[in-house]
Amino acid sequence: MIHLKNIEKVYRTDTVETLALHNISLDIAKGEFLSIMGPSGCGKSTLLNIMGLLDEPSAGVVNIENETITGFSDKKLSRFRNRKIGFIFQSYHLINDLPVLDNVELPLLYRDVSGAERRRLATEALEKVGLSNRMKHYPSQLSGGQKQRVAIARAIVGRPDLILADEPTGNLDSAMGNEIMEILEQLNRNDRTTIVMVTHDEGMARRTHRLVRLFDGSLVSSNSFYND
Amino acid sequence: MFKNYLKITLAVMRRRKFFTFISLFGISITLTILIVLTAFYEHMFAGKYPEVYRDRSLFSTMIEETDTSTGGMRRGPMSIYFIKKYISTLKTPEKVGFSSSPNTVNTYGNGKKLKLYYKYTDANFWEILSFEFLEGKPITQQHFDNNEAVAVINDETRDDYFGKGVSATGKTIEINGQNLRVIGVVRGSPITRMMVSADVYMPYHLQKVDPLTTSFNGAYQPIILAKNERDLPLVQAEFNEVVPRIPLQQDGDFKPHVLNAKLELYFESFMMSGPFGGSGNGEAQRRFYIFATLFALFFMSLPAINLVNINVSRILERSSEIGIRKAFGASSKTLVYQFVLENILLTLMGGALALIIAAVFLWWFNASHFIDYADLAINWTVVIVTIALSLVFGLMSGVFPAWRMSKLPIVEALRA
Repeated sequence: MIHLKNIEKVYRTDTVETLALHNISLDIAKGEFLSIMGPSGCGKSTLLNIMGLLDEPSAGVVNIENETITGFSDKKLSRFRNRKIGFIFQSYHLINDLPVLDNVELPLLYRDVSGAERRRLATEALEKVGLSNRMKHYPSQLSGGQKQRVAIARAIVGRPDLILADEPTGNLDSAMGNEIMEILEQLNRNDRTTIVMVTHDEGMARRTHRLVRLFDGSLVSSNSFYND
Repeated sequence: MFKNYLKITLAVMRRRKFFTFISLFGISITLTILIVLTAFYEHMFAGKYPEVYRDRSLFSTMIEETDTSTGGMRRGPMSIYFIKKYISTLKTPEKVGFSSSPNTVNTYGNGKKLKLYYKYTDANFWEILSFEFLEGKPITQQHFDNNEAVAVINDETRDDYFGKGVSATGKTIEINGQNLRVIGVVRGSPITRMMVSADVYMPYHLQKVDPLTTSFNGAYQPIILAKNERDLPLVQAEFNEVVPRIPLQQDGDFKPHVLNAKLELYFESFMMSGPFGGSGNGEAQRRFYIFATLFALFFMSLPAINLVNINVSRILERSSEIGIRKAFGASSKTLVYQFVLENILLTLMGGALALIIAAVFLWWFNASHFIDYADLAINWTVVIVTIALSLVFGLMSGVFPAWRMSKLPIVEALRA
């Protein structure tokens, strides 16, 4: 599903050069649920952003679904993201000025989908995360857990093959975090959606198929939990 | 998608009320001024009462004779002789009428001194124009044939001279020491329609100076009605063929070699000697449109720059939204489209507000009698110009900030 080869990421200013990722090579299979752990600043989110095509590596090759992502135009890149990838962020990143239903519809706005079909699919996605009764609410009227469930609905509404979750339970208490994790597990199990999740929570990470650890921008270990 | 953009536009407007107020205030005041100027232009130059056929009419305010040997020049309105001999005889027009330039006269009526504008006309003048007769009838050829001392007056003159609501037809009004029988009362027209507006209209045979002098120069302006708009160039071409064949008149030492006379559309004849005056054939109108466009752009540029600044400062505020939209598939082009559309929605709202403010101002202006019979109005032309101005304003102030917003890197946008 995802093949990363010799990924480097360097942030440069006039005087300083910071190596955020160093020689990362990683293969993620279709239908895999992978977690990434590591101390703050070790490059987890940077790696996730590169996988999600939100950021470009300084060197190395990103290949998603047998397509090598190089020299893509802005339009092609946007289309690729729109069709293939769904994002879940720690701080939800919902548009506060739009009601829940419109937030969930967002990825479909950039596809050739009619308004009625958009509403149907968004309603279906909200039902999946148990929030069909909050469609007309605004994000400010929801709890943290509910916001994250809206974010999950938005991530899955376009039925992407890959979901990238950047600390999806990071802002939630353990009960809420557990609920979110259950939804992700269901998505992975029932829809065979590939999920890559950055987390600080060892317990959550152990519920995934595989855990990779980063340290100072390098991949230091990879543990499989398939047999647990 | 449009509904989504509209929702977010309204939400942003509601969220930042002060910003919305400042933006709408700047947009609507700017557009109000431009709308009022457009309404004035319409008032001056569109075919309005009683010149409803102005679109298929030609005018000539000047005839020019030049003595190239001495450099001497004689310039002014035409004589009846010239009009009758060289314009009324044209074959292509439907009808040719004429009237004198307006003059003023003091008279006394209803116990007070009145200053009145008067005009001499021929009979065709009344057939070309669409005056609304409140009572009586127009001057006809019969009045000329019978050499009758008659007048048509407007409603304000009737009210001032005979008393408000009193019928004037058949009564006598004294103008320039002549007692004239009032044969009709028309609804007045604003003085800005100089070719046709007056308080009192009289047949030209009542003019004290011999109206049939054979000089080319006089005090009259012809109105030439073509059969339709398409015929206007034909009429002009026919007259242009006639002019070089007109025998020039020697007047003492003044020996003209060149005669210059043209039939023009109203705007051209009005602007003939003004800053937009050109060689005719619509050149003055083209020059005016270019000037008006440049003026409107310049006038809108300052508030547009202000709006650009406000919009650019909003980039940070909306960076999260930009990041989200990009992450979920919006291309930079789509975002430019969204933000420009949002800005155009804002300027269209400003335009709608400006139309309301302008309508109130024009209503007040018409009622104020700064110009009697002023009929400035928000018509379809004004509405279309307002929409066009709003769109241009929206583009001027929206494209650059939208482009800046769309170029924001996703990761930075999400982090902000």
